[in-house]
Amino acid sequence: MNNENIIGDRVKKWLIVGPPLFFLLIFFVVPSLIMFVTSLRLPGEFGGLAPLVAPVGEVGGGYGLTLEAYKFLLSNTLYAEVFLKSFGVAAVTTLICLMLAYPLALLISRSRKRFQNLMVLLVVLPFASNFLIRIYAWMIILGPESAVSHLINTILGVLGIAPVTLLFSPFAVLVGMVYVHLPFMILPLYTNLEKHDSVLLDAAQDLGASSWQRFWKITWPMSLPGALAGSALVFIPVLGMFAIPEMLGGTGDILIGNLIKDQFLGSRDWPFGSTLSIMLTLAVLAIAGLTAWITRRMGGMKYAE
Amino acid sequence: MALLEICDVTKSFGDFTAVNNVNIAIDTGEFFTLLGPSGCGKTTLLRMIAGFDLPDSGQILLDGIDILSIPPEKRPIHTVFQSYALFPHMTVAENVAFPLKMAGEMTSETNSRVKEFLDKVHLPGFADRFPNELSGGQKQRVAFARGLINHPRLLLLDEPLGALDAKLREEMQIELVDLQKEAGVTFVFVTHSQNEALALSHRIAVMNHGNLEQIDQPSRIYGFPKNKFVAGFIGKTNMLNAQVLESTSSHLKLILSGLGEMTVPGKEGVCVGDKGAIAIRPEQVEILPYSEEGEVKNYFRGKVHDYLYSGDVTSYIVTLVDGTRIEALLPNSTPGQAKSFEVGDSVLVAWKYEAGIFLNE
Repeated sequence: MNNENIIGDRVKKWLIVGPPLFFLLIFFVVPSLIMFVTSLRLPGEFGGLAPLVAPVGEVGGGYGLTLEAYKFLLSNTLYAEVFLKSFGVAAVTTLICLMLAYPLALLISRSRKRFQNLMVLLVVLPFASNFLIRIYAWMIILGPESAVSHLINTILGVLGIAPVTLLFSPFAVLVGMVYVHLPFMILPLYTNLEKHDSVLLDAAQDLGASSWQRFWKITWPMSLPGALAGSALVFIPVLGMFAIPEMLGGTGDILIGNLIKDQFLGSRDWPFGSTLSIMLTLAVLAIAGLTAWITRRMGGMKYAE
Repeated sequence: MALLEICDVTKSFGDFTAVNNVNIAIDTGEFFTLLGPSGCGKTTLLRMIAGFDLPDSGQILLDGIDILSIPPEKRPIHTVFQSYALFPHMTVAENVAFPLKMAGEMTSETNSRVKEFLDKVHLPGFADRFPNELSGGQKQRVAFARGLINHPRLLLLDEPLGALDAKLREEMQIELVDLQKEAGVTFVFVTHSQNEALALSHRIAVMNHGNLEQIDQPSRIYGFPKNKFVAGFIGKTNMLNAQVLESTSSHLKLILSGLGEMTVPGKEGVCVGDKGAIAIRPEQVEILPYSEEGEVKNYFRGKVHDYLYSGDVTSYIVTLVDGTRIEALLPNSTPGQAKSFEVGDSVLVAWKYEAGIFLNE
């Protein structure tokens, strides 16, 4: 290969890799750096940030860089609790999504080809309407006057149990979280399951595997990369979600997302909000890294073709 | 009693009859081949033996017991699939041990048993590899080991060598025969390749359009094809249209329009007036110069139309007086000589009396 070709190849490579790299730089790296610097600054008197350098003539503190926000975060276990709770909600949501999505993805992948596309379309159809509108719909569905509430409370009444309020509860938050994120679990699972060669199941059956064994020894282990990808796609956004707990949850159902939002819009403490954001970003990166590591250890890369 | 009995089995898919009233009995230890063109029903028959399809009517007996109500996973029958169907997420050893694991027969000896079978298929030291790290031939061997490890009563092989290249296929054919002998397992082998069938089998069943055309030993299938389909499908053959003038147990007198009369060995069930063909294999046709006309009995006159030199043999195309073309395969015994006759030579095509076989229409 001559030099011109090598240069040409390099140019092509950068033309392909360049734009997404540039996008990540502008919309991820730079904001993260801004966020990091903000977390080290002091809040302004009326929100915003205090100047880095004291104005001329002014004496006293309240200017420059500080670790105050990080100290504050560690000073109160309340914040750690919110973090833990957010992880818990994300984990439970992911698990429920996995259990609901798996049978459906399996059904779609084993249907006839022309029905498959229709069913995938139905899975993504909710995306056609606005996310907030769909959450408002859940407020009505779970509201005290809704048919669902009446039905549940009537059944509970017959069983002699006191009526419950569905809306503004951890239950409602979970319903909303699962509802919104379910397609993100179904799609990667379906994409994986659809590629499975049905002759492998025939072979397993031929060699003595019952239907139960065929699932646990063939289908499930081969679908793990899809299940992991779906889990990451659900877990990570749920971790930072603030709209759903805000709309469907009660006063006690605060997650990190709400806490961060409050620092910027409510308490107007930008440095502390930035600190919380940085912590969340680090947690998400750690989880994404762990997922990639597990996938590789499972040998997922070895047989994925 | 035969190991496997297929009795009056019929299977249709919609209007299409895939298997039509087939009867086969396979003995223990046999290497039995189902041979036929694609779509002849051989794979459907195999799937019914394995249990993946159920016949519309008929019975399949294993050791005299009807197995149709038994699901595939409970039948002591394993299949080697054309695409190998190795489990990609398991190592070679895990693949081979799979049938033992499913049967709950994992013991302390499992490892050594897996090793023993990997040795048998000439894959020692491959235990920890994954299937996508293996070549086609190696995958095939793993599939054989997996199919044989828990001693099935019957191993079904669905065109197992079809995906391999020609040279490897020949090597695997020899290994397959050795493996079958060593394992002592009855093989039912499906193929569309007549060479494979002739080389490997103890007996061959030739199928066409869902019908069983003939079951016999390879040499008898080749030497005494029962009808025009079998004669044409297995090997090359010359066919001369003929009608029966006289039929006795020892011989048939035939009239060939435009060529004259000819006598061939007698055959059961042939009546005067039957139409059919005389079949003669190219390697059984001799070519002689006119001068030797007195020396031979069964011959026709013709002209050399063309020849094809292929090293060990030369194939001559001779046109008979009525325009029929006959192919003759002559060995080249003299070094450096490509042909014994020139294009345009007037010659005799002759054959031994026994080589001419009458086939009914």
